[in-house]
Amino acid sequence: MQNAFGDPQTIVLLGGTSDIGQATVRRLIRPSTARVVLASRQPADSETFAAEVRRFGVATVECVAFDACSHATHTAFITDLAERHGDLDVVLLAFGVLGNPDDFIADPASAAPVLDVNYVGGVTVGLAVANQLRSQGHGRMVIFSSVAGERVRKANYVYGSTKAGLDGFAQGLGDSLQGSGASLLVVRPGFVHSKMTTGMKPSAFASTADDVAAAVERGLRTKAHTVWSPPLIRFIFSALRHLPRPIWRSLKI
Amino acid sequence: MVGRRGAIARGLARSYGAPAQNAGGMVIGLAGQGGTPRLDPVAQTVTAHAGVSLDELMKFLVPQGFFVPVTPGTRQVTLGGAIAADIHGKNHHLEGSLGNHVVRLRLFLADGSTMELGPDQHPQLFWATVGGMGLTGVILDATIRVLPIETSRMLIDTERATDLDDVCARMAEGDHRYRYSVAWVDLVAKGKHLGRSVLTRGDHAPLSSLSGRAAATPLAFNPQTRLAAPSFVPNGLLNPLSIRIFNEFWYRKAPKHRADQVCSIGSFFHPLDMIRSWGRLYGPQGFVQYQIALPFGEERVLRTCVERLANSGDSSFLVVLKRFGEGNPGPMSFPMLGWTITLDVAAGKPGLSQMLQSLDHLVLDAGGRHYLAKDAHMTAGALRRGYPRFEEWKAIRDKVDPTGMWQSDLARRLDMV
Repeated sequence: MQNAFGDPQTIVLLGGTSDIGQATVRRLIRPSTARVVLASRQPADSETFAAEVRRFGVATVECVAFDACSHATHTAFITDLAERHGDLDVVLLAFGVLGNPDDFIADPASAAPVLDVNYVGGVTVGLAVANQLRSQGHGRMVIFSSVAGERVRKANYVYGSTKAGLDGFAQGLGDSLQGSGASLLVVRPGFVHSKMTTGMKPSAFASTADDVAAAVERGLRTKAHTVWSPPLIRFIFSALRHLPRPIWRSLKI
Repeated sequence: MVGRRGAIARGLARSYGAPAQNAGGMVIGLAGQGGTPRLDPVAQTVTAHAGVSLDELMKFLVPQGFFVPVTPGTRQVTLGGAIAADIHGKNHHLEGSLGNHVVRLRLFLADGSTMELGPDQHPQLFWATVGGMGLTGVILDATIRVLPIETSRMLIDTERATDLDDVCARMAEGDHRYRYSVAWVDLVAKGKHLGRSVLTRGDHAPLSSLSGRAAATPLAFNPQTRLAAPSFVPNGLLNPLSIRIFNEFWYRKAPKHRADQVCSIGSFFHPLDMIRSWGRLYGPQGFVQYQIALPFGEERVLRTCVERLANSGDSSFLVVLKRFGEGNPGPMSFPMLGWTITLDVAAGKPGLSQMLQSLDHLVLDAGGRHYLAKDAHMTAGALRRGYPRFEEWKAIRDKVDPTGMWQSDLARRLDMV
């Protein structure tokens, strides 16, 4: 149960190795944070970060196995966390894969796992988290979407379409939670320098994982339903989405 | 009927944190229920339903020449909530907290049975219920001792103290001569004026002190709400400047020394009740209240708390300092021999929770504790340090509620159940 300042007691990071997810956990930890759960495919991969979280003074830090593609396990996974750790105050959905656009062209079937993790997994675990928060009557879910939620670019339309789908799901789910005590924050970052984008040419208005984390912290404090990172990109993309197609597709963004 | 998320009793929901909230679970509303209290003028006790407010109780008692044994800064609390929080008032230094004046109470337990408790009747569970924040069961009704009074007026002495040391010294020296004593501290004043205060002390006015119309109706009691806060107030109306002006005014309007001033019960005990919904003045961001108790000898920590809050710029326009007498046997009862200080801080500023947490460490290191009826930020660890008999309380609680039927958001945050 969070305190009057919204400081979380329990934080769950789904996507325990995500740079943005980890940066957000660093930002959200307070003296009152007693439990942090890092969920990733290989729990061992988030051990280094777990050690860092322990150094912040968090008493219980747990690395658990979580597979976004094992859709049928998601409800049991979330229920088990709540059984063992009590109410979940903040749940971050930060897992995702980018994939290589050229590979998708060469082998269309290779796009399926990307959809499976980013969209299908996001929906099934998102629904499971929402059920848990609804029954608690409080708690915040944070879903990491993308500016692609506003308009998909030709440079990464497979990945972009998964985020666009997830964004639509998250906006609707957030509205459905209204009045339940629980709430959902959708985060739309532009290009972020991270493990995921290593070697890629940054787009305009690139930001860092910590910039995104700061936007999340601000969004949770102000009870926003959507935040952008950097904040300015919100206005740029709301203009860009109305550009005529010939101009949009010729833009190098 | 009660699901996994349990249930908690709620009175008038005037606690500052979440002891009467139960997210996802059930809340049992008791306020406004129950009939007329029963007064036994010979035994000097009153029996009332737990949902009766102290306002109703006073309107019932005062015209008959009796007063509640303890009253907090507002009358808008219920008897049940007052016992569950073991409230204290300006007479704590002599007469203790409300629990000291409870003769008996009836408690509805998790197994559906009802049990009569008192200091001589199942004392363990009784003292676990006094200050137990509703987590032992639902208080149904209670009998408390009342104080005979001759008039509904107060006779007050007011004096100004130049700084924190001065006010502490004046209280230590003279409090025993007054039934009621409290100091208002100006947190905005800096430097050598740090902690300048207005000390008001007094007792119920005897009939002989009244004259004219007041003497004709000595027990008249009809407190009025003079003002209501508007339904919308922007954030920041209470800012360092407006608070400074208010505090300067408050300090200057107090006489340097005035004895035997006659005033009403409402204006002496319940200044906040004059402005309905006063909490709205902080705007939508709201505020938190911070109340701590510190043992005597730790005035240094008291001073540090005052200094840090004064320098943070989040100063509060209501800082109250009081000397406590001995605590009672309740393991979760807040008052302890020493000082207590209470202040409001506007919420919503980044970094505020960290600042309060750092004060918490100082307070706990000095053997102090936080008041659960006010707390909205502390941690499970801080609770256990401040209340060293917590485990003893929990064992008694768990025995009468093994499945965790009684739950609240406060209990969840502090891992109490």
